[in-house]
Amino acid sequence: MSETTVETGEKPKFYLTEDHHPESSTNLGFWLYLMSDCLIFATLFATYAVVGRNYAAGPSPADLFDLPLVAINTAMLLFSSITYGFAMLQMERNAKAETLFWLGVTGLFGLAFLGLELYEFNHLIHEGAGPTRSAFLSAFFTLVGTHGLHVTFGIIWLVTLMVQVQKHGLIAENRRRLLCLSMFWHFLDVIWIGVFSFVYLMGVL
Amino acid sequence: MFSNPDLMKFIFGRLTLDAIPYHEPILVVTFLAVVLGGIALVGALTYFKLWGYLWREWLTSVDHKKIGIMYVILAIIMLLRGFSDAIMMRVQQAIAFGGSEGYLPPHHYDQIFTAHGVIMIFFVAMPLVTGLMNFVVPLQIGARDVSFPFLNNFSFWMTTAGAIIVMISLFVGEFARTGWLAYPPLSGADYSPGVGVDYYIWGLQVAGVGTTLSGINLIATIIKMRAPGMTLMKMPVFTWTSFCTNVLIVATFPILTGVLALLSLDRYVGTNFFTNDLGGNPMMYVNLIWIWGHPEVYILVLPAFGIFSEVVATFCGKRLFGYASMVYATCVIMILSYLVWLHHFFTMGSGASVNAFFGITTMIISIPTGAKIFNWLFTMFRGRIRYEVPMMWTVGFMFTFVIGGMTGVMLAVPPADFVLHNSLFLIAHFHNVIIGGVVFGLFAGINYWFPKAFGFKLDPFWGKVSFWFWLIGFWVAFTPLYVLGLMGVTRRLSQFEDPSLQIWFVIAAVGAFMIAVGIAAFLIQLFVSFRRREELRDTTGDPWDGRTLEWATSSPPPEYNFAFTPVVHDYDSWYDMKKRGYERPLEGFRPIHMPRNTGTGVILSVLSIALAFGLIWYMWWLAALSFIAIVAVSIAHTFNYNRDFYIPAEVVVETEEARTRLLSGQGAAR
Amino acid sequence: MKSLSKIYRLVLLLPLLTLTGCNMVVMSPSGDIAAQQRDLIVVSTVLMLLIIVPVMALIMLFAWHYRRSNTAAVYDPEWHHSTALEVVIWSAPLVIIVALGAVTWITTHKLDPYRPLERLDAARPIPEGVKPLTVEVVALDWKWLFLYPEQGIATVNEMAAPVDRPIEFKITASSVMNSFYIPALAGQIYAMPGMQTKLHAVINKPGDFEGFSANYSGEGFTHMRFRFHGLETAGFDDWVARVKQQGTALNRDAYLKLEKPSEREPVRYYAAVENGLYDAILNLCADPAKMCMHEMMHIDKSGGAGKESAENREKLEYDNRHAKQGEEALGGTVPATDQPARSGESPEGQSGNGQSGGGHDAHQGHSMPGMDHGGDPAPNQLND
Repeated sequence: MSETTVETGEKPKFYLTEDHHPESSTNLGFWLYLMSDCLIFATLFATYAVVGRNYAAGPSPADLFDLPLVAINTAMLLFSSITYGFAMLQMERNAKAETLFWLGVTGLFGLAFLGLELYEFNHLIHEGAGPTRSAFLSAFFTLVGTHGLHVTFGIIWLVTLMVQVQKHGLIAENRRRLLCLSMFWHFLDVIWIGVFSFVYLMGVL
Repeated sequence: MFSNPDLMKFIFGRLTLDAIPYHEPILVVTFLAVVLGGIALVGALTYFKLWGYLWREWLTSVDHKKIGIMYVILAIIMLLRGFSDAIMMRVQQAIAFGGSEGYLPPHHYDQIFTAHGVIMIFFVAMPLVTGLMNFVVPLQIGARDVSFPFLNNFSFWMTTAGAIIVMISLFVGEFARTGWLAYPPLSGADYSPGVGVDYYIWGLQVAGVGTTLSGINLIATIIKMRAPGMTLMKMPVFTWTSFCTNVLIVATFPILTGVLALLSLDRYVGTNFFTNDLGGNPMMYVNLIWIWGHPEVYILVLPAFGIFSEVVATFCGKRLFGYASMVYATCVIMILSYLVWLHHFFTMGSGASVNAFFGITTMIISIPTGAKIFNWLFTMFRGRIRYEVPMMWTVGFMFTFVIGGMTGVMLAVPPADFVLHNSLFLIAHFHNVIIGGVVFGLFAGINYWFPKAFGFKLDPFWGKVSFWFWLIGFWVAFTPLYVLGLMGVTRRLSQFEDPSLQIWFVIAAVGAFMIAVGIAAFLIQLFVSFRRREELRDTTGDPWDGRTLEWATSSPPPEYNFAFTPVVHDYDSWYDMKKRGYERPLEGFRPIHMPRNTGTGVILSVLSIALAFGLIWYMWWLAALSFIAIVAVSIAHTFNYNRDFYIPAEVVVETEEARTRLLSGQGAAR
Repeated sequence: MKSLSKIYRLVLLLPLLTLTGCNMVVMSPSGDIAAQQRDLIVVSTVLMLLIIVPVMALIMLFAWHYRRSNTAAVYDPEWHHSTALEVVIWSAPLVIIVALGAVTWITTHKLDPYRPLERLDAARPIPEGVKPLTVEVVALDWKWLFLYPEQGIATVNEMAAPVDRPIEFKITASSVMNSFYIPALAGQIYAMPGMQTKLHAVINKPGDFEGFSANYSGEGFTHMRFRFHGLETAGFDDWVARVKQQGTALNRDAYLKLEKPSEREPVRYYAAVENGLYDAILNLCADPAKMCMHEMMHIDKSGGAGKESAENREKLEYDNRHAKQGEEALGGTVPATDQPARSGESPEGQSGNGQSGGGHDAHQGHSMPGMDHGGDPAPNQLND
């Protein structure tokens, strides 16, 4: 480049003499992970879109889905996102006990969500509408079940973090981890909204 | 206990003694060789008391350079396996004529071609590419390590676990007999009830976790860890191509994970995604797997393009021609690689407009690729070309690759593809681009960066022997396949009736043996170079008169790469520094903050192998236990807050003074 | 760098080598479609050589001229940009690709296998009143079944067609994916279970040609080959007569026996074919106990069959994996046992509950009124 030749005379600085602290990559890295996870869900959504109407001469969404139940379920997850938000606010205030309290509430909402989902699955399988009944049901169980698995891991992670916050307090590492889990948790919320509208609402209405 | 079949079934699942192929002489001999080699290795390690060293310095290392080297070692070991498969296929096809069954019955032959494809792509090309990126990228951008050093170690061990799972299938049970992409319904539970496809699925799933995470890691590294002053358009081209490759990895490997998960649900749970029954749709698998599969080709070849760019500029002693257009070409290829997947199945009866669309998008990729070839060409123009081994690989690549590109465009014309699809012409084409592009590039890269990694150059004589045998062997092996393809011979056949074909297969086998000599020459090159390491020693850290930052530090680089973080003013920053009188800092060293080694990656890798083995053989207790253990170990790992340490300033001073002595002893203080 | 030029000569020799090759059926086919596909290969190669030959020459020239030992050559280490040159190196391939893209768009539509033929060859249009010969092709494990609805016959591993009469192939498979390919006649197209693909082609020269599956389909794939006879009209009529004279009847039972996996199947003739057999095969309901795919799709289209439809499930398990795949089969498929992946057990064996006759009617209770049996075609494929 032209400026190179101009500068040849003087000697520029070629290294830093003080310590160099690159920006933390954690946030970016976790976002990248979430996007890759999002692609797995995209694959499952695409699969559902392709085979979601292949009922194999069996039950269809309108026959199976209990919208009020799913609505309650959705509410559980949305509430859990709000309470996670409260936990983060308390973390900003550096209030350890309150943070832990709201994390606990979040976990309970998460468990309620999982409980309702398991109840729904159990009910469907009992009715002969298990994942092996048709391609539609395979795609349904896989999509919803994968989301449920994520919530399960989210809860395990949440409990782990609660123990760690209890033990070490709201130190920088734990704050970073709480932030990552919060992104994960809200991400699952967004995915669920997709599931709720795309699978349940569009299936029944 | 052995008389209780239920208990036996509980403990061993579907694993029985019959699964051990003790009646297959080829496998028994291989097994004995592996066992003897293993015992010799373990014995040597014990005798020389190297276990502790190996564990502390390598297996648990989070140093990106060591992890990179371990990736390359893994790839070379797997290359020997994958290439043995190739030789076996070539020999079988050369002799199985006129009613002769050859020496491989179909059930064995079918496993071999599947294993060959899977191993070469996932466990040779991928680890080589990842390994070189791991080693070089942080050095090129002036960083001390990658963004997430532990994750890097974990990724490597997951890739290794995948490779080990595939290797276990050689001696316990069988491998898939489906072809390397395992199309259903053939790969479904109905038509492949054995363990082969399960080995395939779990091998790829475990390795896929590693690949995806290492992709995330390298993207974050390139975006966040660049030295001050290194704007995006001052990044070395290899870093650019690595960046695009890792974007492709993160954007495609989850799809592979997803689609293989669906296939495993079909096989394990009895769902109906890809079955003929109950509304399943096998076409969906074919689409999904190629949405991953085509970008995968570019995941492999883009870093190779980056290597050629570095090599050409260095050995022509000249700035790369058209840096900006090189970068744009790379990005265009990255994006276009998503829009071409359907060209892998023009013949499945899509409409003419769909076929034509995907055919044309495929051809469009050849425009940026062509521009790249021209850029290398005009870098040579008015250069002063030193024909060291890496440069020979590069010129060999340019000749070979343009032919591969040409046959690729032919296959992109849908009506022409109707007669060439699945033929040996296709086989010749993709080996032409993968050997001619990826493998040549990786050998160029290994020869180029070896002195940086180990402090001595590779022996040039054996390097040239290896190059010529590879190059000529390649053409002797694959020209006959082009011809056979035009004679209407299809792929994956184990026997032939038409005797006029035999001569071509014999020539191809000769070519394969020439490539074998090329591989042997490469191994000899490593050995000879190690023996002559004092003569080949590089004391300058810059043996090729390089242009990018990795040559600014010593060979091998210290653990911390750079005592002071470099400041970049121009593209080709090391060349710029040399030109403008850079002086190495000799004082003012400070303690350096570094990540600590950890054994968690190794432990998780072993547990993943146990989990996969349990799932493959229906040993549910083993699967459940190892799954719980994986979760427990991961959680336990997060309780370790003590993950870093400081290299004391005295150690840095000592290391740097040692280098100063080396440089002055050599006379050229830079 | 003598060695480099040697390489170059070797590369130049390649096309010559291929020209002297022996029986290059793809380059000298006997059917008009394959001939046009061959022409396309030649045209695209020539178009690309327009740019590849100069590139090769330049690589040669630069690699030789700018070697380090040639100190007479200009050395300009800072020269790295030239807008004019950049324009050329991007636009030269672009021009070629625009040309090739246009050729691709036109020929892909013209040579679309689904499109009925418009000519017999370059010189002759299709004569008035000539209707295409329909051949229904079924890829079985591991043999080919050809049904001739017009002639009412069927054959295994041998097919014939009259010279200069368009052929319309309808192609499907019974279990896994195969690819139907007669290189002398026309390009290949996949044969897939539960789906139908089509191919239009014509053979212009009489002869005995080879056909095979071009997509790996398992253990017996290598021997999944058949002969394709191009015959003059009289010869074709003789062939049909011979099939009729020597053949037996192909009904559903005979088909279900034939469908079972076997290798190196000899040529077989069938003088009569049960009505609707091909449709049943295409819809995966050759076994009368099974529900046809088009019925299922019809039910699905009108919103499924509700919760009380458990019995439909069994009728739709075409591959019947759970019954077929006993625990023994699971553990026993080690390579050494030579046991094929597919158990040879007959699929209808499981449904032999005395219901097999009535099964077909029973499920019709769930079909919608006004359903058109057999009229509703099975899906072509996804991208169609």
